[in-house]
Amino acid sequence: MSVVRHRLFWPVAMLVALLLSNLFFTSGFFSIEVRDGHLFGSVIDILRQGAPLMLVALGMTLVIATGGIDLSVGAVVAISGAMACQQIAGLDDQGAVGGVLVAVALALVLSGGLGAWNGFLVSVVGIQPIIATLILMVAGRGVAQVITDGQIVNVNSPPYKTIATGFLFGIPVPVIIAAGVVALVAVVTRRSAFGMLLESVGGNAGASRLAGIRSRRLIIIAYVVCAVCAGVAGLMVSSTVSSADGNNNGLLIELDAILAVVIGGTSLLGGRFSIAGTVIGALLIKTLDTTVYTIGIPPEVALLFKAVVVVILCLVQSPAFRAKIARRQPAEVAA
Amino acid sequence: MIDMKSRPEQTVAERLRVIPVRQKYLPVTATAVLLALMYGLGVINYPGFSDTQIVLNVFIDNAFLLVVAVGMTFVILTGGIDLSVGSVVALTTMVVALLLENGWPAAVVLPVALLMGATIGFLMGLMIHYFDVQPFIATLAGMFLARGLCYVISTDSISIDNPFWVSVANAQLWFGGFFITISVLIALAVVLIAAYVLAYTTFGRDVYAVGGNPQSAMLMGLRVGRTRIAVYTISGLCSALGGVVLSFYMLSGYGLHASGMELDAIAAVVIGGTLLTGGSGYLFGTVLGVLVLGLIQTIITFQGDLSSWWTKIFIGLFLFVFIVLQRAVTRRRR
Repeated sequence: MSVVRHRLFWPVAMLVALLLSNLFFTSGFFSIEVRDGHLFGSVIDILRQGAPLMLVALGMTLVIATGGIDLSVGAVVAISGAMACQQIAGLDDQGAVGGVLVAVALALVLSGGLGAWNGFLVSVVGIQPIIATLILMVAGRGVAQVITDGQIVNVNSPPYKTIATGFLFGIPVPVIIAAGVVALVAVVTRRSAFGMLLESVGGNAGASRLAGIRSRRLIIIAYVVCAVCAGVAGLMVSSTVSSADGNNNGLLIELDAILAVVIGGTSLLGGRFSIAGTVIGALLIKTLDTTVYTIGIPPEVALLFKAVVVVILCLVQSPAFRAKIARRQPAEVAA
Repeated sequence: MIDMKSRPEQTVAERLRVIPVRQKYLPVTATAVLLALMYGLGVINYPGFSDTQIVLNVFIDNAFLLVVAVGMTFVILTGGIDLSVGSVVALTTMVVALLLENGWPAAVVLPVALLMGATIGFLMGLMIHYFDVQPFIATLAGMFLARGLCYVISTDSISIDNPFWVSVANAQLWFGGFFITISVLIALAVVLIAAYVLAYTTFGRDVYAVGGNPQSAMLMGLRVGRTRIAVYTISGLCSALGGVVLSFYMLSGYGLHASGMELDAIAAVVIGGTLLTGGSGYLFGTVLGVLVLGLIQTIITFQGDLSSWWTKIFIGLFLFVFIVLQRAVTRRRR
């Protein structure tokens, strides 16, 4: 019973069930081959394609822990990709590693700046997070278009391509990047006071301030980390297709990321967060997408499938729902 | 809510105020002033902009957004949010087109479409109230569901050639050399009814009370649950009606219609001076918000050399200005 009560039980159970259900449709679903020293297989694909979502969801977790939300990550994904591709397209030698690194650095600095802007609006100006980030969500795609002058910028740069499709020690590069960032954030938040301070700000901003916590600075840091994570995801997304499309890169990724965070058991009210939960949530969503494809459900109907899974998970995780099922008595009006 | 301590200070502050505008109307007034400024700029800069038909066209082109934003205003006034509106609009155009294609009479299709929207809203309201699922997540699920259902019906666009639909779509009501469409009349009727409900009925008071402070509202004996579920039902109903209006405008049903429209609706409500925390705002502000969005688009069309993406940047900028302004106003109130 204690296992069932664990807050990650249902997401993990759902993930396992989804993975197993794939066995019925693809016999070799769990087989992992080594080809040319590289790992290949459906599970590896899920990890590789899930890397951008995992990064965005990771940053989102920190922001949500402070009681905020960041709707602008999708726009930041587009802006970061646009910036990097525009820079690389302007290089004399698109294959030059130095030039690509400069472009990547520029894109990430720009992303960080956008995060600082969000954090400034939320913590200093005092705008509600959902609205503060809505501004950048609406304007951001326009900004991405301005950077690329409304064109879809195509690049032909092997070093840039490596970010999404390369391998290091046989493991896909995006998986390594995502795992590295997850590990870094996990260590920083759980092995230092940073995570606890974030939770205290999210739990009660006023009380935290009275206790001497510089909540403003913490909130800005959370939004900057979130935007930089989205920036890295933007590099991966644009590198996958070697082009930057300001309109469609990272479209709706903010919703998937928020979903991943919520599925992982982090409350949107703030005050506590679970990085492991977010990782599982992101994997669950990507597995869901993959499963939909392998089962042969038309991709258009996938949204329907997703809605059903979200509703089931939310209801199962809702304490009110569990209480009602357990007691089977009419609910009193909860405020 | 009445705050005994700050009452006297507030009256002093109000006496010192030069502009004779009551504080609670300040955000709406600011929006109205900015709207007038934008219109003035347009008239000065572009020949032909002062034509009354230009203003009417803003109404004609944004009638569906106006209807949807009215529903969104109810939800936001209670402190919630509804992300599903754009998808429900698309689903409605799809259902309408499908049923008409199968030879259903228009008199049956209309109520069916409206009932469907209201039901989706009602179900989301149930989830939010009884199972404590956050509005953001519950309506996100609704958004996925409705958009998914669109594609289940068809991935292609279905055109509408029902005589009733076509005649409503093409009807132009002329008066003094200018015309509006029936959609505009529908939108204005919705606005008037909703404004009456919010200002003069018990339900309207309940909406403000629940948004101001749900706990207090419950302790006062107001039916918090009923109110919450009702606002999502209203939003669903308005979205469906918005979808019907859009189907008049487009004469087709398509799963990609109205994508991202929830943002426009939320932006219109926010620009109109309604606080997202709930409990404060006016429906008239939402109308102004929709007009601001429409006017931005018109100005960009008149400017001609500005690409469409500037619309997004301008809307973002306007959001920023309005929100900072609101923030300044509410801070002074404390």
